[in-house]
Amino acid sequence: MQHYSGFGLFKHSLSHHENWQRAWRNPTPKKKYDVIIVGGGGHGLATAYYLAKQFGVTNVAVIEKGYLGGGNTARNTTIVRSNYLWDEAAHLYEHAMKLWEGLSQDLNYNVMFSQRGVLNLGHTLQDMRDIERRVNANRLNGVDGEVLDPQQIKEIVPHMDCSENTRYPIMGASWQPRGGVARHDAVAWGFARGADSHGVDLIQQTEVTDLIIEDGTVVGVKTNRYGDIKADRVGCVVAGNSSVLAKKAGFELPLESHPLQALVSEPIKPVLDTVVMSNHVHGYVSQSDKGDLVIGAGIDGYNGYGQRGSFPTIEHTVQAIVELFPMFSRVRMNRQWGGIVDTCPDACPIISDTPVKNLFFNCGWGTGGFKATPGSGNVFAASLAKGEMHELAKPFSMFRFHDGALIDEHGAAGVAH
Amino acid sequence: MFHIYCPHCAEYREEEEFHASGQAHIARPLDPEACSDKEWGEYLYFRKNPRGIHHELWVHAAGCRKFFNITRDTQTYEIKEVYKIGEQPSVVAQSGNSK
Repeated sequence: MQHYSGFGLFKHSLSHHENWQRAWRNPTPKKKYDVIIVGGGGHGLATAYYLAKQFGVTNVAVIEKGYLGGGNTARNTTIVRSNYLWDEAAHLYEHAMKLWEGLSQDLNYNVMFSQRGVLNLGHTLQDMRDIERRVNANRLNGVDGEVLDPQQIKEIVPHMDCSENTRYPIMGASWQPRGGVARHDAVAWGFARGADSHGVDLIQQTEVTDLIIEDGTVVGVKTNRYGDIKADRVGCVVAGNSSVLAKKAGFELPLESHPLQALVSEPIKPVLDTVVMSNHVHGYVSQSDKGDLVIGAGIDGYNGYGQRGSFPTIEHTVQAIVELFPMFSRVRMNRQWGGIVDTCPDACPIISDTPVKNLFFNCGWGTGGFKATPGSGNVFAASLAKGEMHELAKPFSMFRFHDGALIDEHGAAGVAH
Repeated sequence: MFHIYCPHCAEYREEEEFHASGQAHIARPLDPEACSDKEWGEYLYFRKNPRGIHHELWVHAAGCRKFFNITRDTQTYEIKEVYKIGEQPSVVAQSGNSK
């Protein structure tokens, strides 16, 4: 792998940038792998990267039906934070946050991780009680957090309407200074390049049509382009399509797939240098380095696999943003898109072994998977390498819906991710 | 935007008047005390999530506030039929294309 550096940039400028090496190979798959990862999104690529780099399992293939990072990895609002209420979730997301903090150096790829801070606003007394409780829980778990009053919020975000004249006046907020945003495409590409350089085969434009299961043990996958490919272990990281793949393996997951929309405005001058989220008026916004406002809100309430959402959801989203920032009322929206998110009843992911031996699932991230990309990949890789679940992943077993040990982050971290 | 026919109001109204309430035809176990943890967990949390024909419970929240069922394609979003609670759907998935 060609090492990226400032000197390299200068060197290549002498040849008009025409001789850059390709970031990854486009190989023909082998007949057999130690581990096959189904799904080449952020989490799948991160899993492959850590398997090869940290756990020494290099005979790995990632099979992706479209192109790398072409799904929800590139369809989110790029927010990274770890201020979750419950211990299990806080530990998992904080594990991810610590990896984010060194990720660009680790990957030798600029993922543009910007720790500009995340504000979660409170608009009611109950919001404020929840925020106090969550910040205290966070600090006990080693996650940074502070409770701010409207005056302190005003200092951080001067353009936001913090007055008492709004319909839902801002009463305070939780503030995680280490939170922020990252460039989502770069995360997928960085992990892909890193995995490839350690010998992982990235197989694009190839759909896994079925799993090959013999005597309750998975032994490989069927693909539409390369026939059967054998594997000792298979990890499925297919987000919205998890239910469909689980059905093929003969079991069910407690997931429902919903469209989640986001939108981006025309680029404007720098106006917002942090991330603002509100569960109560229900919207979240940040400004990208390019200048566009990146805006998101809730899922469409019905199940859906079409990668688009309905207009009323966009309307509610924009209403919330204009409520917070009246000055954005005349900003025009450039693009809107929808991704399919696999929501779990307790708003926490499933990182789990399954009733099928050697088959593992990493899914159910719902609306908030991007922030966990490195952590999710890291614990899932550890689980795939050893054949047993990583300590941080154990509470997220799919069997928790039978024994009742749910990790209810719905009210805690809020609906907004 | 969906244009949904409410069988109680006997009128087409816009999506915003309605609220999707999840999978239809979920029967509460007749004898909950006799359920195993697995059966009870499946009743509470496990839902069908098909790519294709799906039967859903909707409520006309900003209208007559009554519940009814919709058969809808989750891929094309086409509403196949609307029917009242207690009735059975006439459009059902071919085996294989539903979950």
